Amino acid sequence: MIENLGKYFMMLRGVISRPEKGSLFWKSFMLEIEKIGLSSVPIVGVLSVFMGAVIAMQTASNMDSPLLPEYTIGFITRQSTILEFSPTIISLILAGKVGSNIASELGTMRVTEQIDALEIMGVNPLNYLVLPKVIAAVMMFPILITISMALSLWGGWFACVQTGLSDTETYIYGIRAFFGDDGTGDITYALSKTLIFAFLITTVSAFYGYYTKGGALDVGKSSTKAVVQSTIVVLIANLIITQLVLI
Amino acid sequence: MIELKHISKSFSGKQILFDINAKFEAGKVNLIIGQSGHGKSVLTKCIVGLHTPEEGQVLFDGRDFVQMDGSNRKEIRKEIGMLFQGSALFDSMTVEENIMFPLQMFTDMSKEEMQDRANFVLERVNMTGSNHLFPSECSGGMQKRVAIARAISLKPKYLFCDEPNSGLDPKTSIVIDNLIKEITYEYNMTTIVVTHDMNSVIEIGDNIIFIYNGQKWWEGTKQDILTTENQEILDFVYASQFMKQLKGKLST
Repeated sequence: MIENLGKYFMMLRGVISRPEKGSLFWKSFMLEIEKIGLSSVPIVGVLSVFMGAVIAMQTASNMDSPLLPEYTIGFITRQSTILEFSPTIISLILAGKVGSNIASELGTMRVTEQIDALEIMGVNPLNYLVLPKVIAAVMMFPILITISMALSLWGGWFACVQTGLSDTETYIYGIRAFFGDDGTGDITYALSKTLIFAFLITTVSAFYGYYTKGGALDVGKSSTKAVVQSTIVVLIANLIITQLVLI
Repeated sequence: MIELKHISKSFSGKQILFDINAKFEAGKVNLIIGQSGHGKSVLTKCIVGLHTPEEGQVLFDGRDFVQMDGSNRKEIRKEIGMLFQGSALFDSMTVEENIMFPLQMFTDMSKEEMQDRANFVLERVNMTGSNHLFPSECSGGMQKRVAIARAISLKPKYLFCDEPNSGLDPKTSIVIDNLIKEITYEYNMTTIVVTHDMNSVIEIGDNIIFIYNGQKWWEGTKQDILTTENQEILDFVYASQFMKQLKGKLST
């Protein structure tokens, strides 16, 4: 494990350096924006709407005390969505989608000697292949999470109104309640940890893909490892960030 | 010219290459032959810098590649073209983009100049008009030719070919062999071909070294290899029934 950690940091050293040719970097970066960011919008959208709807309905169904005001549904939906569900659950979903894509792409390039070809040409393969992915993810994840937050709150509203658990006015009052300085702080916290998750997911997945050895079967294994390890790393990072920032 | 001096390499304590010395001259097709698992590919990877030998020197026209720092190595890498066993074309790029990639990375040529160069090298490998095909749309032989075109796009001084005929039919193999021979003479390149294909040895081998158990066992020309009495070479060359029968016919 320590050997892998050392290798990971050595890889980061190769990744984080000035791109050799700006025009080629820009081209790769734009492709990654599409692959990592734009293509993830549909899955993030669908998941977020359902997630918000379920949070709202579960909150409503667990509110037994008559002392709890009805706007609590909106309030809890907002807090759960912003603090945890959107940044963490959506990042975990993206770890599956984006992480496996990165690991299998780099793994295939490794076993078909495309990475060796880059190296022999004198290109730094880590910088050329991984840096655009990392920067694209770090830029796109917060946008995706912001979309997720909005759609999740919309999903909660839709569920409440359609099932009669709450009305529009009360729900909106709930999601706006106590949203002063602390509220914007919550969003800053959520987006900040999203940046860290984006970095971890792309670099951990790139690590497993880049150092694939063997053939097609091993590319599959690397892809699985990338998803499992990046998921674990995100969960650990989430725990540490929560402890440091919120507690 | 590429010169190897006392190259040794081991992996996890197991010695793979033992004190290899060799000279590969410019304008000649130099062959490294030997059985699978005897160290040919490791030797090639040591020469191109994908592996670092524990001992010895790899001299590219007198410049020691092993001892060099990153930036100097990069300069030499720009002078190297390599044809991989599986072609190693970039899947996500078209034929033209594959060829233009080294030009985009290392030159300040305009797009038109790069396209002209790509068309020129494609014509040179008889692939005119295939600019917009993707590697997956090309046959094995076409992929090898595109890989050669990419390898020579930057006018390299050194060309490495790792088993250029693997997976090709005999007729296409001869086309690829001849192409390697022609461009070597045309551009006066130092070409090193790793192969265990005896047809290639006879077709294009100006200078041949035979690797056996990680050692340079034998060196000579294609004429020498047919007359040598070295038992390991004979076992290698006449391993197939076809070659044995051919030898029998020739001797009678």
